[in-house]
Amino acid sequence: MSTLVEVKSVTKVYKRDTLEIPVLQNISLDVPEGEFLALMGPSGSGKTTLLNLISGIDQPTSGSILVAGTDIAKLNESALAKWRSRNIGFVFQFYNLLPVLTAYENVELPLLLTNLSKKEKKERVEAVLSVVGLADRMDHSPRQLSGGQQQRVAIARAVVTDPTLLIGDEPTGDLDRKSAEEILTLLGRLNSEFKKTIIMVTHDPHAAGSAHKIQHLDKGELTSQ
Amino acid sequence: MKIPLSYNIRNLWARRLTTSLTVSGIALVVFVFAAVLMLAQGIQDTMVATGSNDNVIILRKGTSGEMMSAVSRDQIGIISSFAEVAQMNDGKPFASSDVVTIINLRKKKTNDMGNIIVRGVTPSSFALRPQVKITEGRWFQQGSAEIVIGNKIHDQFENVDIGQQIRIGTKLWTVVGVYDAGKTGFASELWADADNIMLEFNRSTTFSSYTFKLKDVQDYEVIKTKLETEQRLQDLDVKREQDFYLEQSKGMATFIKALGLVITIIFSFGAMIGAMITMYAAVANRTVEIGTLRALGFQRNSILTAFLLEALALSMIGGILGLILASFMQFVSFSTTNFGTFSELAFGFSLSIRIVISTLFFSLMMGVIGGFLPAVRASRMNIINALRAS
Ligand SMILES: Nc1ncnc2c1ncn2[C@@H]1O[C@H](COP(=O)(O)OP(=O)(O)OP(=O)(O)O)[C@@H](O)[C@H]1O
Ligand SMILES: [Mg+2]
Repeated sequence: MSTLVEVKSVTKVYKRDTLEIPVLQNISLDVPEGEFLALMGPSGSGKTTLLNLISGIDQPTSGSILVAGTDIAKLNESALAKWRSRNIGFVFQFYNLLPVLTAYENVELPLLLTNLSKKEKKERVEAVLSVVGLADRMDHSPRQLSGGQQQRVAIARAVVTDPTLLIGDEPTGDLDRKSAEEILTLLGRLNSEFKKTIIMVTHDPHAAGSAHKIQHLDKGELTSQ
Repeated sequence: MKIPLSYNIRNLWARRLTTSLTVSGIALVVFVFAAVLMLAQGIQDTMVATGSNDNVIILRKGTSGEMMSAVSRDQIGIISSFAEVAQMNDGKPFASSDVVTIINLRKKKTNDMGNIIVRGVTPSSFALRPQVKITEGRWFQQGSAEIVIGNKIHDQFENVDIGQQIRIGTKLWTVVGVYDAGKTGFASELWADADNIMLEFNRSTTFSSYTFKLKDVQDYEVIKTKLETEQRLQDLDVKREQDFYLEQSKGMATFIKALGLVITIIFSFGAMIGAMITMYAAVANRTVEIGTLRALGFQRNSILTAFLLEALALSMIGGILGLILASFMQFVSFSTTNFGTFSELAFGFSLSIRIVISTLFFSLMMGVIGGFLPAVRASRMNIINALRAS
């Protein structure tokens, strides 16, 4: 399998006023295509930071990040936004659905950045909503859905553009056991059935168990298990 | 405009209490703004309606109104002989020689005194001004101390009913009729026989103005040049009747506009700050949403546009509401002194397409100015910080 994500000697230092906070030091990580990787580690170890760098919503202080051959550390902000819309599907801990939009509209949102026709958009939204098992809930607003259902809508939104990489920061962190289980099963299915490469941060060893591979991040350094 | 407008509209709806308070503030300011313009327009409409497009008025040079003007009988004779002056069936000029004076009458409601124009007219006057129609009683008889009164004066002043007497000069004149003059300035006048009025004021040879109908509307420039080059008419001014009345209203309309607009602009700062606070709150409440949209790939521009549109929607709703409110003012009419003539003039609020457009533009400006800084803040947010705000 070819390497999809190549993190090469990445360092990230946050600056707060004059204070410099080194978060990641010389991190390197390869993620092959089709991988389901779980990132674990204590709070504050820099998991979210690493995920942000790979998904192109943050830039490394030094080092390079190649995703499907593109060095995203070299892209400017506008190009990066465009790149994200095509390549990254985000699943957040708190779902981050827009509360005033229906499930359907939330899923459709990333498609507004594409040139797909109305009909194609509709087909895609309906298709992913049925993959996550919520075809009958598409006119519901997030408030009318349970946490687990909201996260499934969020996953539908993340995959609707058929992205290169699925990124999840504690996607089960806010859910009860049963809902978390459903989400993990869904992610597993997306990985095995739809060949999605997934990088997921989690605190939950059980959740990490659904992944193929677990990497530990501690004090800015990676160790694999 | 990548982010759909429905997103903004639904957010306004989701915060309906704040939205309606902000909208009310904007609507009130817009209402005042529109009402001021409508009032100024109302005065102009009234005055313009008083004149006719194919009538020409002759006054003494350098006088701003009929009160100070003087046109002699001889001069009127010369003017009426020109071929461009229309003729009535009996061959007489289609014209009116008017003599104008002012009297005081008491208002019904406030008991204040008001200056009323008394217009001495010649019989052809009624033909020249078809908008003036008797509605009660009858016209005055030539040579007798009788008077007819405009409907607006009849409505608003005391002791002007048919049969009652009004003092003009040394004599008492009997009211014999009430005429309707629509929305024109004539509705705020009293009309009597010109010769009789002149006799009363010992001015047997000079009228205040001379108004005639053109045979052909196109002839205006021709006759104007002819009259202005005629030796014996050098002290006279030639104007289209409509232009004359428009000038009479200009001072008042400008005054109302200037005063009103200064006040509304001061108010509008309040409404703009209101919109700004509302939008800042909206941006703060939706920080995570903004971060999410940016993460999904929406550009800073889209965020800026979305929040600006939201502010515009807010101000547009306020603008339309204020305009609807103001449009009810069309049913209100009142009477006050026209500074142009120092006489009583009844007028209303009049809405025009131009006022609708300027009012909506004014509300949009409030939205743009109030919404700009919050929208900039939304668009400048750092994605990571915005996402961490939860
Ligand atoms: N924008 C920022 N500015 C300054 N410091 C930051 C910023 N983001 C993160 N940090 C710091 O970087 C370190 C790593 O943060 P990060 O969020 O990556 O940790 P994490 O491993 O995801 O922790 P958790 O498990 O609690 O989510 C922390 O010490 C945090 O305070
Ligand atoms: Mg984290």
